Amino acid sequence: MAGERVVEALNRGLHDLLGRDPGTLLLGEDVLDPYGGAFRATKGLSTRFPDQVLSTPISENGIVGVANGLALAGHRVLVEVMFGDFLLLAFDQIVNFAAKSVSMYGRRVPLRTVVRCPVGGGRGYGPTHSQNPQKHLIGVPHLALAEMSAFHDPRHVLADLLDRGDPAVFFEDKILYTQPARGEGRIDQLWAAELPAGPLGPAVLTMGRPESTDCLIICPGGVADRAMRAGAELLLRHELETQIIVPSRLWPFDAKPVLDAAGRAAVVCVVEDGPAGGGWGAAVAHELHTALWGQLSRPVVTVAAEPEVIPAAPHLEETVRVGPAKIVTAVWEATR
Amino acid sequence: MTAPTLDDDLDSLLLIRHFEQRLLDLFAAGELNGTTHTCLGQEHVPVALSPLLAEDDFVLSNHRGHGHYLARYDDPAGLLAEIMGRRGGVCDGVGGSQHLFRDGYLSTGVQGESLPVGVGIALSLRRRKPGSVVVAYIGDGTWGEGAVYEALNMAALWRAPMIVVVEHNGIAQTTPTEAHLAGTIGGRCAGFGIRHRLVEGNDVTAIRAALAPAISLVRTSGEPLVVEFRTHRLGPHSKGDDTRSEQELEAARRADWYPRLAAAAPESFAAADGRQRDRVAAVVDDVRARPASEWRRQWPANE
Ligand SMILES: Cc1ncc(C[n+]2csc(CCOP(=O)(O)OP(=O)(O)O)c2C)c(N)n1
Repeated sequence: MAGERVVEALNRGLHDLLGRDPGTLLLGEDVLDPYGGAFRATKGLSTRFPDQVLSTPISENGIVGVANGLALAGHRVLVEVMFGDFLLLAFDQIVNFAAKSVSMYGRRVPLRTVVRCPVGGGRGYGPTHSQNPQKHLIGVPHLALAEMSAFHDPRHVLADLLDRGDPAVFFEDKILYTQPARGEGRIDQLWAAELPAGPLGPAVLTMGRPESTDCLIICPGGVADRAMRAGAELLLRHELETQIIVPSRLWPFDAKPVLDAAGRAAVVCVVEDGPAGGGWGAAVAHELHTALWGQLSRPVVTVAAEPEVIPAAPHLEETVRVGPAKIVTAVWEATR
Repeated sequence: MTAPTLDDDLDSLLLIRHFEQRLLDLFAAGELNGTTHTCLGQEHVPVALSPLLAEDDFVLSNHRGHGHYLARYDDPAGLLAEIMGRRGGVCDGVGGSQHLFRDGYLSTGVQGESLPVGVGIALSLRRRKPGSVVVAYIGDGTWGEGAVYEALNMAALWRAPMIVVVEHNGIAQTTPTEAHLAGTIGGRCAGFGIRHRLVEGNDVTAIRAALAPAISLVRTSGEPLVVEFRTHRLGPHSKGDDTRSEQELEAARRADWYPRLAAAAPESFAAADGRQRDRVAAVVDDVRARPASEWRRQWPANE
């Protein structure tokens, strides 16, 4: 919707999802009105759907467990975990119960639990409130991972995650909340966004001439803005034309929609804003290497955060998080 | 441990009060980043306890920890520099408001995880520095975390000399205690056979006198103790996010120690108040003028 911010689009999506099915429930800490959650994503829900919203004690593993029980009994359940760092407290219920239950009883047991959490730094919240924990959940059988972007309508993405029957985690970059929800169309003078494979497929950001791509950047929604700034810089300083692909679904990762562009680009760069090592970037790069062996002109470049905690002070945060300059340098060095 | 005088206590209370108020002002003025949780209204808790602690005791603090720190260390500049990311911060600006560490003191922002850690530190103290204790501050809301109960169980089983100080301010972020806690904290302690002391009011001298024997007993017996302070959060959870009614806020203000002490001894109070306000102002000016903190581990900035 015109003029919407991302958190408003998310909030509208949650309203839709609770509205379409009275059996869809939402649990989380401090989610009741008038507060509506630490980042206000659940605003209005408890007023409009008092029987579907449950504000919980500070018990992350417990509330994901309760959600799993409700899901096992047939509900669709959304859980808000206040900060992605606290997902780790619910690891047992997410990995050992939710994901494993789907198949460990010898037949498929659908489990519609979707855990949402704000992630990432840039807000000065310090090391226990700034992590990007995505990599800790990659490759867990029957656990889907998706990340919010300014281009995907959260309503469609969450509806899909809730309907699949596998549990899922939805990562929401904190910086993105207050940014404009862009959807498809022109972003600025340089960039335009498209969703060629529909509302769940990857967003493709181009400078208008996709056929002349020098550099292809693949990144999740939280990094897209920084990738666009890097792309502008690459054009200005090095005359390299960049295309950016922003998948909504991080895992399982579907490489098919990106193979074409990746095969044609001079440099392919995968960016994630967490530390490398068993992470998303390496997994995506490996898929591309395997699918495009012999066709790529050079190894896929990966850019990750520095292997450190996210410090509290803003000037220190910027030494750890991925910034545009780091992407520019990595791409430029690969071309030489 | 030299016994503090009434004036010392008042100075300590007022230092924390003015420090926290200035923090909120600095936030409002856009001079501070990130988030902060002030202990306005709860200053008397660490001020009463700190003189009962010895140098070898270990304090574990939480998100609302500025008072815990300032009551133990006369270091407002180190704390403010940490919060503002300036030179001289306790942890070089890496940890920020809720992640502090120095000898005998650690805070972290993940609710509940400090209690098992506290049991571990307490077991070590028992071996290496018998008679020392761990003091772990948590809020009422933190009793929602399972780790709290695993820790209480182990503390009781293994006689870990740990004192859990509960700042029961009736609310967790926006959730009133009635909505997050079934039964009572005292009842939960009873389930583990752990002694529980309830403290009401904010008379620092009386509280200290009442708690001194119980804390000594932890030192000699190794048996853990839970001290539950009924207190009031005077300010917002962090900044500008108070969802309580005017009535509830009025009740918190009525219970505050500040007007009570001001009325009890107007002249000496006013003098102390001015002294600490000026002190905090000087600290703010000092820290504000400092260069950005340096992290010993550095990479080129990448913006
Ligand atoms: C594991 C975890 N979950 C959630 C939070 C977010 N959070 C920070 S403070 C807070 C409320 C804590 O309430 P309480 O323990 O009563 O302490 P108070 O804030 O009242 O001092 C919450 C939910 C957190 N820091 N850690």
